[in-house]
Amino acid sequence: MLTEETRNIIDHWVSKFPQDKKRSALIQSLMAAQEQNGGWISPELTEAVADYLELPPVWAHEVVSFYSMFFSDPVGRHKVHICTNISCWLNGADDIVARAEEKLGVKLGETTEDGRVTLVREEECLAGCCGAPMAVIDGHYHENLDLQKLDAVLDGLE
Amino acid sequence: MSAEIEQAVEQAVDMVNIEVNGIPLEAPKGSMIIEATDKAGIEIPRFCYHPKLSIAANCRMCLVDVEKMPKPVPACATPVMEGMKVYTESRRAMDAQHGVMEFLLINHPLDCPICDQGGECELQDQAMGYGRSVSRFTERKRVVKDKDVGPLVQTEMTRCIHCTRCVRFLEEIAGTSEMGGAGRGDRLEIGTCVQNSINSELSGNVIDICPVGALTNKPFRFQARAWELMARPSLAAHDGVGSCLFHHVRRGEILRTVPRENEATNESWLSDRDRYSHIGLYSDDRVTAPQVKQNGEWKSVSWDEAAATVARILRDAIETHGAEQVGMLMSPSASTEEYFLAQRLLRRSGCNNIDHRLRQQDFTDDAAPVAGAPFAKKIAGIERSDAILLVGSNPREEAPLIGHRVRQAWRKGAKISLVNPLNWEFTFDTSLDAIVAPQFMVSELAALAAAVEKSSGVSAPGFLRSVLDGAAGQERHEALAGRLQQASGGLVLLGQFALMHPDASWLRALSAYVAEATGSALNTLSHGGNAAGARLAGALPNRGPGGSEAAAGLNVSQMLEDPRKCYVLWGIEPEYDIDNPARVMSALQKAESVISVVSHATDSLREISSVILPLAPLAESEGSLVNLDGAGMNFKAAGKAPGDARPGWKILRRLGGEMGLEGFQQVRIDDVMADMQSEVESADTPDGGVTLQAPAYQEGLYRIGELPMYSIDPLCRRSEPLQQTEQANNMFLGLNPEDAGRIGLDDGAMARVRQGDHSAELEVKVTARVPPGGAWLRSATCSTRELGPAVAPLTVEVA
Repeated sequence: MLTEETRNIIDHWVSKFPQDKKRSALIQSLMAAQEQNGGWISPELTEAVADYLELPPVWAHEVVSFYSMFFSDPVGRHKVHICTNISCWLNGADDIVARAEEKLGVKLGETTEDGRVTLVREEECLAGCCGAPMAVIDGHYHENLDLQKLDAVLDGLE
Repeated sequence: MSAEIEQAVEQAVDMVNIEVNGIPLEAPKGSMIIEATDKAGIEIPRFCYHPKLSIAANCRMCLVDVEKMPKPVPACATPVMEGMKVYTESRRAMDAQHGVMEFLLINHPLDCPICDQGGECELQDQAMGYGRSVSRFTERKRVVKDKDVGPLVQTEMTRCIHCTRCVRFLEEIAGTSEMGGAGRGDRLEIGTCVQNSINSELSGNVIDICPVGALTNKPFRFQARAWELMARPSLAAHDGVGSCLFHHVRRGEILRTVPRENEATNESWLSDRDRYSHIGLYSDDRVTAPQVKQNGEWKSVSWDEAAATVARILRDAIETHGAEQVGMLMSPSASTEEYFLAQRLLRRSGCNNIDHRLRQQDFTDDAAPVAGAPFAKKIAGIERSDAILLVGSNPREEAPLIGHRVRQAWRKGAKISLVNPLNWEFTFDTSLDAIVAPQFMVSELAALAAAVEKSSGVSAPGFLRSVLDGAAGQERHEALAGRLQQASGGLVLLGQFALMHPDASWLRALSAYVAEATGSALNTLSHGGNAAGARLAGALPNRGPGGSEAAAGLNVSQMLEDPRKCYVLWGIEPEYDIDNPARVMSALQKAESVISVVSHATDSLREISSVILPLAPLAESEGSLVNLDGAGMNFKAAGKAPGDARPGWKILRRLGGEMGLEGFQQVRIDDVMADMQSEVESADTPDGGVTLQAPAYQEGLYRIGELPMYSIDPLCRRSEPLQQTEQANNMFLGLNPEDAGRIGLDDGAMARVRQGDHSAELEVKVTARVPPGGAWLRSATCSTRELGPAVAPLTVEVA
């Protein structure tokens, strides 16, 4: 189930740790598998990674279910994480979220019908308090957001 | 390491002085506060801490107050320090315990009235001891969907408090890592993550270690409350470990089984086989009264009549055909006293045809001097081995707690190697392995022995020469020989599969030589629960009690090869419990009379038997066992034997008296024990030489007749929950891809297997676990009960 590229990435990460500590490479390996699969990781793929690393499948499932960067259900082509933690919240993150929800027609945690955007429910601080309110969109930081800026970014997503 | 040395080591470790609640204590440096308080009997509440598991410190229930520390600390994860002052009952400690308890109960359903754990629940007890009497929590509680984890363990995960004892047990002790925690925070759920069952052979232990009612005993569910049950100590007799256990009994009926701690044998664990086999006691075909077949009709009779009938049958057989026409076949799991009285009954009638080694085919080394206990290295010492060689053994299935000890040795750094007929799935890593079909096992082991001879310079006994000369050792053998030689605590474990091998004598002799020349211990994992007791009591054709010389009788193989006129079967079902069922059944059908002393009787047993006497198995009987370490262990009846079923020693006493023989006047079991003791002490053990013929094998496939772990005796076979497990899946024929391709069989195709005149049809499983030349066809199963020997040539064709 894993592509050659994914396997190469996993091998690269495995080589960074002692031979009997393959578990250490688990997060990066799962990330690579998620990348290969269009941004989400199925239970089968999770087990494939565990098999490749020769680890009990349960360990991989634990990691996938623990971290919010792993998506165990299909997602849209773009992931929009709007930070709603304390600094962003005080600086108007609620309005940003409301605008995004209205514009995309989905609630936090949902994906637009055309599969374009997933509005991620963010649980933790995204570490951009100096530029609050902020959002992480497909891995890029967008700081000091206001409604116009948000509109522009969202419109720019293919 | 002996107990004294261990003690000395402990003394040598630096000790520190601490004070708990004003009481001065000494504790080894680096140990945790909770270990010191547990030893001193000072109570600290806990959920996640377990002395046999790693420290998680995640329940926070064991918070204690330590002087100069800014906040309460977990006693399970705080090492002792010189001069440390600990308070377990100070205001701060009590407040912390109160607070933790309140949090633990937030999401706990408090459904104690419908919870099986009620009355024996750690959470219940500690909530009483450390909790508030009213709840301040008025919000909604969470609910966790239940998982089906198989036929043995019942889940009710809403009750889980996330102590992770089960997760750690399966990861550290069982080695299968089948459970984990999915999600996080208040959404964390303990489970198998995917819809999987827990297949570990030790899975039942998660029930005992679960401090709440999240994991409970599935077959026992809703059967009884803890306070209705009497805990009666007993022993497990499905393997030679001699696991100590409690049967929980209500009005004579055994409702469940839990471990009884014994560091020398089972620690605080129990295998699933020992935990769930008691269910077999109550199956429908239990024999509850003596029965005699008259003109083809079965009739229940009194013990008086039954004993008279049996005595008459035996006397007639001896008078008409001679004493050597009687043969007695005993279960390898009978009590030592049963073996002793049985051999006395037979020998005093002039007959030596008695055997308990029912699954063995090769008896050529019978004349060898009787060695000590089966295990030269004690069960508890296996963990301290640094190099282990398994010869024809799957300890996980043969004796799960021996498998556990091997795993613990591996965790401590031991290197493990195999000479096995199947690539079994182990919970430890192995290296320098040889997975070869049965017909190549002797030559493989000979190659190792040759390498050992070369490197150690210890010359092998002359009778091994025929295979050693010409054995071509490879690099692998030399490496393994070196490994065993360098080990300070090497171990060669000869397993049950090796004992079933047609050249078991060769495997035994070669293993013994390898062990001796490398300074390793040789442990023999024999079949059944009391093979050591059988040997000690003289349930052997050529040895009396204590290994004394006896007039040569016939072994099990000879008794069946040349059928006798009269057989006595003891605690067995012949088509499952003796090697080569085809030959067994034909011999029994030809016999004039078959006396079956059994707890259960199937139709096929009824067909061949003339008399059936109801036997009370171990759980309902009294006597003793000798475990693999050679330790004698006594047991008393836990359950009540139904109807007229009687302990075996009483049946034999009665029969001996009825036949007018001397030596059957014992009043109590202790008298039998004393009687045997005096014979064992005065025994003169003869030395005998052994000669072995160079083994010869046929071309073609050899059957790998592995014994399925839940088919080894009548009780296991009748335990419904055990039969529903993954391990009980026996209906297949495993072939190596190469052999399957040659025969023209695909995975899932039907194959016809043939041994002699008998054949069976099975579904094919093509798997690289089977080495070329082998055919994985389990023995003691319904589909193979008409076939031949477990390890022998067989032909496979497309059905």
